[in-house]
Amino acid sequence: MTLTAVFGKPISHVAQHADAAETMIAFVNRICRRIGILRYKKYEVIMRICSLLAILMVLAFPLPALDAPSGTFTIEDVPWDNGMKLLLKWNLSAGFDSLQILTPDSLGVFQSIQIDNRSTGDQIMANLEPNQDYTYRLEAYNRSTGERYALQATGKPLEGWFYLGKLSYLIMLLLISGAILYYIFSARRGKELFIRRISGLDSMEEAIGRATEKGKPILFVPGISDLEDIQTIAALTILSHLAYRAAEYDTSLIVPCRFSMVLSAAREVVREAYMKAGKPDAYREDMVFYLTDDQFGFVAGIDGIMVREQPAANFFLGSFYAESLILAETGFSTGAIQTAGTAQAHQLPFFVVSCDYTLIGEELFAASAYLSKDPQQLGSLKGHDFGKLLVILLILTGIGFEIAGISWFRTFFEGVR
Amino acid sequence: MKKNIPLLFAFVVGIIVLASEFIPHRPFNSITETLQNWFMIISGFAILLGQISLVRVNVSKIRNRSRDWQFYLACLISFALMVIIGLLWGKQEARGILGQGAAITANLGSKPFDYLFDNVYIHLSATMFSLLAFFIASAAYRAFIIRSFESNLLMITGVIVILGRTSMGSMLTGWLPARLHFLHLPVLTDFIMQYPNSAAQRAIMISAALGILGSSLRIILGIERSYLGSDK
Amino acid sequence: MSVNQNTQTERRLIFLLLFIAVLVPLIFPIGWKTEVSPHAKMAYDMIDSKPEGSVAILSFDYEPSTMTELQPMATAIIEHAWSKGHKIIATALWPQGPQVADLAFKEMAAKFPDKVYGEDYVNLGYKPGGMVTIQAMGKSLKDVYPLDINGKKYDDLPIFKNIRALRDVTYAASLSSGVPGIKEWIMVAHDVHSVPVTGGTTAVSAPGFLPYINNQNQLYGLLGGLKAASEYEIMIGTVGPATVKMDAQSIAHLLILIFILVGNIKAWRIRHKPKQQAGTE
Repeated sequence: MTLTAVFGKPISHVAQHADAAETMIAFVNRICRRIGILRYKKYEVIMRICSLLAILMVLAFPLPALDAPSGTFTIEDVPWDNGMKLLLKWNLSAGFDSLQILTPDSLGVFQSIQIDNRSTGDQIMANLEPNQDYTYRLEAYNRSTGERYALQATGKPLEGWFYLGKLSYLIMLLLISGAILYYIFSARRGKELFIRRISGLDSMEEAIGRATEKGKPILFVPGISDLEDIQTIAALTILSHLAYRAAEYDTSLIVPCRFSMVLSAAREVVREAYMKAGKPDAYREDMVFYLTDDQFGFVAGIDGIMVREQPAANFFLGSFYAESLILAETGFSTGAIQTAGTAQAHQLPFFVVSCDYTLIGEELFAASAYLSKDPQQLGSLKGHDFGKLLVILLILTGIGFEIAGISWFRTFFEGVR
Repeated sequence: MKKNIPLLFAFVVGIIVLASEFIPHRPFNSITETLQNWFMIISGFAILLGQISLVRVNVSKIRNRSRDWQFYLACLISFALMVIIGLLWGKQEARGILGQGAAITANLGSKPFDYLFDNVYIHLSATMFSLLAFFIASAAYRAFIIRSFESNLLMITGVIVILGRTSMGSMLTGWLPARLHFLHLPVLTDFIMQYPNSAAQRAIMISAALGILGSSLRIILGIERSYLGSDK
Repeated sequence: MSVNQNTQTERRLIFLLLFIAVLVPLIFPIGWKTEVSPHAKMAYDMIDSKPEGSVAILSFDYEPSTMTELQPMATAIIEHAWSKGHKIIATALWPQGPQVADLAFKEMAAKFPDKVYGEDYVNLGYKPGGMVTIQAMGKSLKDVYPLDINGKKYDDLPIFKNIRALRDVTYAASLSSGVPGIKEWIMVAHDVHSVPVTGGTTAVSAPGFLPYINNQNQLYGLLGGLKAASEYEIMIGTVGPATVKMDAQSIAHLLILIFILVGNIKAWRIRHKPKQQAGTE
């Protein structure tokens, strides 16, 4: 943090300062006369010019002000942040009606950015550039005496090494991650873990069996989001299990994709699953194909596939928006067994209405663990439950504190703003 | 080796991104942005992969005379048409290979690409979205059935919200006195949407967030490998 | 799944009736009045409270498919903002956003012939990247949009005289039908730069955004679907496309209620059929 208080002078006392300057000049004059410099007229003129310059110098450069107000104006870096905030603090003697904070614009002209009336206070300046010097001026005004005082300071916002505002996030993250890891290692040591049945995932076998019986394909839609969405990744993990089963049963698979990145990832997943099932020759690249980036163009394409190909089982897993019901209802009209799953809470009702099975929220993320029956992965699901318990406790505690009128708890967990 | 490198990469990048969330100092504070930019660049190159896939799949369907192969042909023709006229005359203010196409624009009233966009694409897209209305009607007919306590609750709530979202809702209960204002259908609808609905939404959001946390942790630690095509 | 496995004939009948129910009020408007909801009022109040000369970002994060619901919101917000003397910067996080923005501006420019492009409004066009793009706007708007949609330079457009970054705008409004959209604007514009955010979305997506209307004011109200758009038109005192379409939407909703009633009668008959047969034996 850099701090320089450079200017503190009552503007109404400028005349007084000028007098002081004049006095000083007169004194220099006398000395000069004494030593004989001012015998010539031109030196007199020079001295006059010097006196004028001296007055201007007094205004421009810091000098101990006569009758300066008892006040301070400081700028501090806000610690533990991303270096985008400065804290302005001021403490002025009483007798000011209002004050304003100014900052120079690109031309260096000071512009008012805030008006205040507190003689003692502070103000956070946000959205600054890290490691840049920022100058602020505080001008205090007394209406009755007509006096105006200016204080100026410079500060530099610095990037911290930890975001204190995110401490609550970190604590939560560490607690839940710790619980997940603890249960994973417990499962590794052979501890039996119970997991409730998820009918939407149990139905997968039934759906594949039915498609095999009918000799019809399975349709799998991995949502409409790109690969950066964790729901798409979760959908691909389920696709891996589904493709393995489809390969085992020799049932054809249709996987339309909205984005090229999802296309390449889905192709890799399906190819690997077929290899794992020992049927690499059965894999065809056109099982997984690109349709269009356009949201409703994509939906129109899938609707067309459902109507033409009449798949026996449809899987809509991943991130879905307004198109969810269009997909699910078209699938319903073709008589396919439908399984859907999304973490988009507002689309769940549509899936519940039109699909045979629906994975709600976190069930989508639990699917891979559930299907693989891998104890390590099942262990992590137990960690989710700990997280839920923790959230419930925090909600109840928060309600208790709020009722009691204690706000620090909520403020702490609201975190960074 | 083929699996280990991506797993190691996922671990390292995952940890860095996680750390950057809590460390506001350079270089951490710009890592996520940099990675996002990389993703966009890779996505840009991957677009070509999608176009190739689209052409290949449709051509093979046409070649094999699959059922309704004419639709695949229509798709390819539409795709080619938009690409070609976009390249030749550009769109809006942007120039094409043949310049601004003043003559053709004077005839059509706008550039060929914009003309098709405004007069064909917009309407096709809106038609697809408007299907929602029909599907909501048929789904409601099937779903809101009096069967059990829960389904009755669902139906009553559904009816209140549907009525409250129409002009009829205001008219039906507009006569209620001020002290019974909370029973006014639009007010009741807003209450349902704001409190019970938001509470349920939040519960699902929180549990989904926990699911995301667990899923991400499994991926970062290499426990979850299915997304790479195998769990071995 | 339901006991009502509606047949293809039933489905087609439902579709036909609904089509008629929507079509008739559009041809012969009824003129039913709608009531203003608190969330629409919140959005209106936020914009209304901003002084003349305010500069706002209006992000067109949707495509033509959802224009029916979102375009009336766009025109209503533009009309409101312009009547208050605000200036509008149009951005788009969706590829077809600039085109729908253009259509909205063209429609409103006819009502406000004094509004000058570049001074009162500007269309910056589409930029990919979603949330990353908004974050970049937080640093410098010029770096993200050196040129507008017509190729004019940032510095040559008077609207940007005092606008360097996202924090310099008075408020932001996003009209979105998915991702990226309102949520991303909240996370960056509001949560990082303290810019007030409001927005509009399709009726089916609206419930998902309600948790953001909270005591932290992450979202100042929300326009959800056509009804909210018509409410906004009422508040600004205009009869726009949403008000005209509201009759059709109301009739369609009532028809859906009738379908629910018929569906229940059918389900009741199906459930009681075996009992009646057993009774006759």
